Amino acid sequence: MLQISCPYCGCRDESDFSFGGESHITRPSLDSIAAEWSDYLFNRENPKGIHYERWVHSYGCGRWFNVARNTVTHEIHATYKMGEPKPDLKNGGGS
Amino acid sequence: MNNYSGFSLIKGAFSKHRHWPKAWRSPEPKKHYDVVIIGAGGQGLATAYYLAKNNGIKNIAILEKGYLGGGNTGRNTQVTRSNYFWPQSCAFFDRSLQLYESMGQDLNFNVMLSQRGILTLAHSHHELEGMRRWANAIRINNVDSEMMTPAEIKKLEPLINLDCRFPIHGGFIQRRGGTSRHDAVAWAYARAASALGVDIIQQCEVTGLNIQAGRITGVETNRGSIGGDKVSIAVAGHTGVLAKMAGFRVPVTSMSLQAMVSEPIKPCLNTIVLSPIIHAYVSQSDRGELVIGGGADVYNSYAQRGGIPMLEEVIASVLELYPAFSRVRLMRQWAGTVDVTPDTTPIMGKTPVENLYISGGWGTGGYKAIPAGGETMAYTIANDRPHPLIEGFGLERFETGTFIDEGAASGVAH
Repeated sequence: MLQISCPYCGCRDESDFSFGGESHITRPSLDSIAAEWSDYLFNRENPKGIHYERWVHSYGCGRWFNVARNTVTHEIHATYKMGEPKPDLKNGGGS
Repeated sequence: MNNYSGFSLIKGAFSKHRHWPKAWRSPEPKKHYDVVIIGAGGQGLATAYYLAKNNGIKNIAILEKGYLGGGNTGRNTQVTRSNYFWPQSCAFFDRSLQLYESMGQDLNFNVMLSQRGILTLAHSHHELEGMRRWANAIRINNVDSEMMTPAEIKKLEPLINLDCRFPIHGGFIQRRGGTSRHDAVAWAYARAASALGVDIIQQCEVTGLNIQAGRITGVETNRGSIGGDKVSIAVAGHTGVLAKMAGFRVPVTSMSLQAMVSEPIKPCLNTIVLSPIIHAYVSQSDRGELVIGGGADVYNSYAQRGGIPMLEEVIASVLELYPAFSRVRLMRQWAGTVDVTPDTTPIMGKTPVENLYISGGWGTGGYKAIPAGGETMAYTIANDRPHPLIEGFGLERFETGTFIDEGAASGVAH
C-alpha cells in the first residue's frame, strides 16, 4: 500500500487516490502532423526509474496533483501541485 | 535430441534415472549470429524454434538476462483461449490454440494441456446482452463458444454462488479453452530450439543496441558485443526500455499483474471461471491449488511485485463467487511486469530501425499467444515483412488509427 502525500490534505493511503498516468505531457499545435499526434496521444515515457505522474484524491479533496515516484522501488520522492515544474531529483536515483 | 517417451522412462528406471542428458545446451556466445533474439521467454524461444524449423535459419542466439522462462512466462496463470471479439484477434489466437493442441506431439514434451473450458460470467442484463454479441462474434470467426444459463452454470460449477452481490445472469463458455503447464512450454521450446542449433545464452543482459545509419548491427551485453544481421526484441515488461535503447518510443505502460495460489484442496472446480466485471478469475491446478488472478495494479511498475489494494479486491471478488473458499489459505502470491497497449492488442512486426523487430505489448495475455507469436514473428524476421496473421498488429496502427480495440484481450477489465 502506497502512502501518498496529497499537497492539499496530507498523507493518505493509496486507496484514497486514482492514478492518471504520465504527467507534463504537452498538447501539440493543431497543425501537427499525424506522427506528432500519435506520439502525444499514445507513446509514453514508461521509465524504469523516476516517473512523473498524475494522481487525483478521489476520496478526499478531489484535486489532481503530481507525484515523482520510482517505478522499481515504488518510493515516492515528491508530490507537487499541477502546473509546478518537475522537482530536481539529482540524488533521487533511478535509470 | 533425446526422445521422451514411456519407453525411455522405463529404460531410465533401470539406470536409476541418471542417464538423462541436459534438455538444452548452454554454449558460450559466438561473435556473430544471423538472428539475435533478446529475451528467452515463451515468445523469444518459440520465435527461435520456428525460425530454425520453418524458415531454415539456424545461426540464432537467444539472450536472456536472467534464466529462461523466468519472467512473465513463469508468472502467468497458464490460461489458453481464443475467445476474442475481432476477426484478426480470433484468427491469431485460435492459430495459437491449435498449436497448443498439437504442442505435446510437435515438441515431444508433455505440456499438460487441459482443455477444461473457460467460463465467462455476466452479472447484469446488459452485460449478458453484450456477452451474447461477443459470443456470436466468436462463432462467426469460426471459434467455439456457447451461451450458458445460470442453471447450466450451476450444473457445471456446483460450488458457485449465483446469488452473489452482483447476481449471475448467465455467461458463455469456450470449451476448447484451458490451462497448460507454463514452465513446460518454455522448456519444450528451449529443448527443441537447442536441438536445432539455437544458442540459448542465459545470464546475458543486453545493455545497448548497435545501430549504424538506421540499421541494427548487433547488441552490447554484459558478456561483450554480439553481432547480429537481424535482432528481435521479445522482453514483455521491458519493451519500453529496449525501444528507448533503439531510439524510438512505444505506446506501452508497464504494470504489475499479480496472481496467487492457495494450498492444495480436493478437485472442486471444473473450468476456469472468469468474471470481467468483478475483476477476477479462478481455476484449479492439477496439484489442487486454486489459481487466482485479476486486474493489474493501477500504476506504472517494474517491481515484479503486487500491491495490497488489488490483492484485496481480487480475493473479495473470488470469495463472493465462491464463499466456500473463505477458509482456504493462500500459499503464494507474486507478480510479473506486463506491458499494456492502448488497444490491448500486441505490437508485432518491424520497427523504425532496419532489421530490428519487435514482439511486445502482450499485456496481460501473452502466454496463450506463445506458439502463434513465435511462428508469425519467425516468418516476419525471415521475410522482412509481417506474417499475414499479424499484418494489423504493427506499430503503425497508432498513427493510422486502425486499432484492434480488443476488450476481450485481458478477459478482465483494465
